[in-house]
Order: sequence, then C-alpha cells, then structure tokens
Amino acid sequence: MTGALLAGTGTLLFKEVLRFWKVSVQTVAAPVLTAVLYLLIFGHVLEDHVKVYGSVSYTSFLIPGLVMMSVLQNAFANSSSSLIQSKITGNLVLLLVTPLSHWAWFLAYVGASVVRGLVVGAGVLLVTLWFAPLRVAEPGWILVFSVAGAAMMGALGLVAGLWAEKFDQIAAFQNFIVMPMTFLSGVFYSVGSLPVFWQRVSHLNPFFYIIDGFRRGFFGVSDVSPWVALAVVATSLAAVCALCLHLLRIGYKVRS
Amino acid sequence: MPAVSFQSVTKVYPGPRGGTSGELRALDGVSFDIESGEFFGLLGPNGAGKTTLISILAGLTRATGGRVTVHGHEVVGDYAAARRQLGIVPQELVFDPFFSVRESLVIQSGYFGVRNNGTWIDELLESLGLADKAKANMRQLSGGMKRRVLVAQALVHRPPVIVLDEPTAGVDVELRQTLWGFIARLNKQGHTVLLTTHYLEEAEALCGRIAMLKQGRVVALDRTSALLAGTASTMLRFKTDQPLPDSVLGKARLTGRVVQVAARDAVEVEAVLARLHAAGVKVEDLEIGRADLEDVFLQIMHSAPVVPRLAA
Repeated sequence: MTGALLAGTGTLLFKEVLRFWKVSVQTVAAPVLTAVLYLLIFGHVLEDHVKVYGSVSYTSFLIPGLVMMSVLQNAFANSSSSLIQSKITGNLVLLLVTPLSHWAWFLAYVGASVVRGLVVGAGVLLVTLWFAPLRVAEPGWILVFSVAGAAMMGALGLVAGLWAEKFDQIAAFQNFIVMPMTFLSGVFYSVGSLPVFWQRVSHLNPFFYIIDGFRRGFFGVSDVSPWVALAVVATSLAAVCALCLHLLRIGYKVRS
Repeated sequence: MPAVSFQSVTKVYPGPRGGTSGELRALDGVSFDIESGEFFGLLGPNGAGKTTLISILAGLTRATGGRVTVHGHEVVGDYAAARRQLGIVPQELVFDPFFSVRESLVIQSGYFGVRNNGTWIDELLESLGLADKAKANMRQLSGGMKRRVLVAQALVHRPPVIVLDEPTAGVDVELRQTLWGFIARLNKQGHTVLLTTHYLEEAEALCGRIAMLKQGRVVALDRTSALLAGTASTMLRFKTDQPLPDSVLGKARLTGRVVQVAARDAVEVEAVLARLHAAGVKVEDLEIGRADLEDVFLQIMHSAPVVPRLAA
C-alpha cells in the first residue's frame, strides 16, 4: 500500500515536471532571456557606478540575485499556474478521484516547482556567467537557499492556486505580492546601501534572507549572518508549508 | 457486503450568506445499497441530486450527514481504499491539454499506484476504438473521442465498481454501442456498474435495478422489471390536431401531435377512447402498447409529493 502511495506521488511529480517541460520555451527559455536582459540593462547602466562588498563588480553581484529571482518566480508560477489551469478547465477532477493524500499533492506540486525553479536558475547562471566572472565561496549555502527558496515559493504558489478562482487572481498575487517582494529584497542592490528605515523594512521581507544567503554562497560575504538567514527562511518555509498542507487537507475550494 | 452503500445521506448547501436562510437541501436522507456485480441505474430529473450523490461517493463533495461505503470502506475516513475500488466517468468533458491519449492513461494509472500497465492500456484503447489515437494530443480529439478517453481513464486501474455519470450525453450512436458493449462485458466479468442517465431506454435495457430520485429523496427503488410491472402497464398512443377534453388532458403526455395516455387495463383504455369520441376528437395512428421506463418514470415523478427544499 505504501508502495502504491509512493508510486502515485511519483507519478504526479513526473506529470507536473513533464507538463512544464513540454512548454519549455515558455517556462524555461523565456525567463532565462528575461534575466539576461535585466543583466544587460542594469549591468550596462550601473557597472561603473556601484561597487559592492569592496571589490565585487556590480555585474558579478547582480548575477546571483537574478538567478534567485528567477528561481523564486518560476517556482511560484509552476504550482500556481498548473493548479488554476486544472481548476478552470475542470480536469482537476481526474486527480480528485484518486487515492492520493494531501501529502502526495504537496510533495508532488512543490517538488515539481523546485525542479522548475532550479532548472531556470541553472539556465540563468549558465548564460550570465558569460558576462562576468563568478566564484563559488561556500557552495552549501547556494544549495540550501536555492532549494528552500524554491520550495517556499512552490508551496506559496499552491496556496495561491487553491485560493484563486480565475487567472486574474493569480496574476494579482504575482504582480502585487511576489514581484514587489522580490524586487525589494536586494536583487539589484545591497540592502546595506539603503537608509536605515528601508534596511529595517527589508529585514521584514523573507525574500531578502533567501537572496542574501544565496549570494553568500558565491562571495563569502552577506548583509546578515547566513545562519540568521537560514533561521528566517526555515521559519517562513515551515509556515507556508503548514498553511498549504492545511488547505490541501480540508480540500479548500476544490472539494465542496 | 454491498459494493456501494448509501446510509441516510444528506447534503445541505448553505445559503448565499452562509447561514440557514436560503440553504438548499440537495439530498435528504438517501439510503440504498448496490450489491456486488449489479448493473444499477440512478435516475431523476435535472437537480434531483444524482450528481451530488455520485460526487459524495467519489469524494468530490462532502455529505452533511450519513455514511457512504464502497466494499466496506468509508469514503471519507478510509478514502484511499474506497477510491481504489472506484472508477468514475465524470459528466463534464474534461481533459489535460498537455498530454497525449496514452500519456493520459499512463499518468492516471500511476495515480492509483499501478505501473507497467501497458497491456491493459492497450486493451482499453482497442476496446474503446482509440488505438489509432494513442499518440494524438487530447486537444486534437473530437468530443466523442474525449468521452472514450474519460471512460478509459476511469477503468485504467481495473476498479471493481464503475460509476458512469451520464456517459452518453451528446455522443453518437457508434460510441454508445461501443461503450455499452464494453461496459456490459465488464459487468458480466463481475464489475459493479452504477449508471446515471437521461436516456431511459438505455437504463431499461441495461440496469437490473433502479433507484429514482426526486428533490433529493428516493421515490422509487426496485428491480427494473418490477417497476415496469408495478405501474400502468398499458399505454395508449395516438396523434391528433384537436384539443383534448380535460378528463383526458390531465393524464396525457403530449409531444407535439403525439399523445400518450397511461391505462391500467382494457376497461380504462375503452373509457379514454369513449371520452375522446364524446368530445369529437379525431385520432390518427392509434396504438396500444406496453408502458416503457419513460412512462414509469413520468408517472412516478408526477405522483411523488413535492417538498420544499429551500429554507426560508
């Protein structure tokens, strides 16, 4: 019985990965291109004006931020868009009648979001390395913060997909919550360069800790201790996962 | 142990403001069992509660009260075991546009933990006339073909209980014959079948036992043969262009020029004809035949009491 449950979970994970891979021009290539455009434009404008962490060039500084931004946004997009499409087209019923538990849904949707986030992030990293040198100081942090960030956003995407009843609501979630929190988290700048008030505001944003910890893996320096960042990210991840699992368990807006 | 058991199942949908005001009682104490191996029909007009009952069975909707089991497994408390016993063909024509027919079946099979299921998937594709569409994307299929895929998806894990929610709505004769031939074969092999349909001739031909729902309540539950024998067994059919006398009009079913009047025996047939003659009604193409399930259905629906379902 446990084997059947694991096989079911694996099948849903495989299906969710296959779904985004079948439209990889839209789900992988397009976000990589967007990140490269950000790098070209911001790097060109600010390269000679901004120095970060002493000797790090702005373009080098920007690359990990863009990689993590892509990871977060695509992890969110994967679970949220898959679920809302299935709800609106009605094919979610094919999943609702199966014996899969709320844990299976959670692991499969979040797992596929992590896969997509990491695939897009790796793509951005590979392409942008051509524009500036990048060293890897502490690779463990790169792995920890990329997986934790993608998982958090995959779970948040699942919450948004459960809550939303139309595509507009997912777009609003993305444009009014995910995008501002990402942009205001230090992707394009070091939070240490901000006035004190805005530094404090930034410290309330969990995305800041994800990006700061991730960047630490490359440069060996960060705005806050990576252990503090890990504690904040782990707490945020646990909170979002708990909410997500609760909504899945009660069948929020999918079982009447 | 029955294959499916509904015990005092109630479903109340809350009113628009969430309180009791305006709430809808979709099911009101529905109880019946379906024995293993039966071909069972669930009939009723639109809004009678058929789909709500099936949704509760499938775990799509939660009952407000009562208990539903599948081969002894409770559909909420022991949902995983219950759902493994069920193959549901939903009423709506739904599909995942990202995948081909074969991929859809492999994925659906995997959800139930059934892997390496290629032989059975091939047999399903062949039996449902889908073999040449196996590699086609779901978006490329006609409505009838999509319906066949839905049936195949419901059967892909070889469930002992098959639930068909209006499977032939809007599909052509060929699919109906293919589908019923295949389902009848599965039923002979021991699968239990629960069918809801508005095509009563299908229910009459296929179902050994029938339950009829009206306004969320069971108003008839018996063997099909008993239902046919238990009501007016004679049906008077004729055509006319003239208005009917009130004494006949009250019992008649009108379909354009065609009039059908139920009668228990020859004496009652003679009485109806006498009233028509007395009123000067000219009839054409007069036939006297046996009542079919549609006649039985209408008689039961008209005679069952109407109860308020909306709370004030």
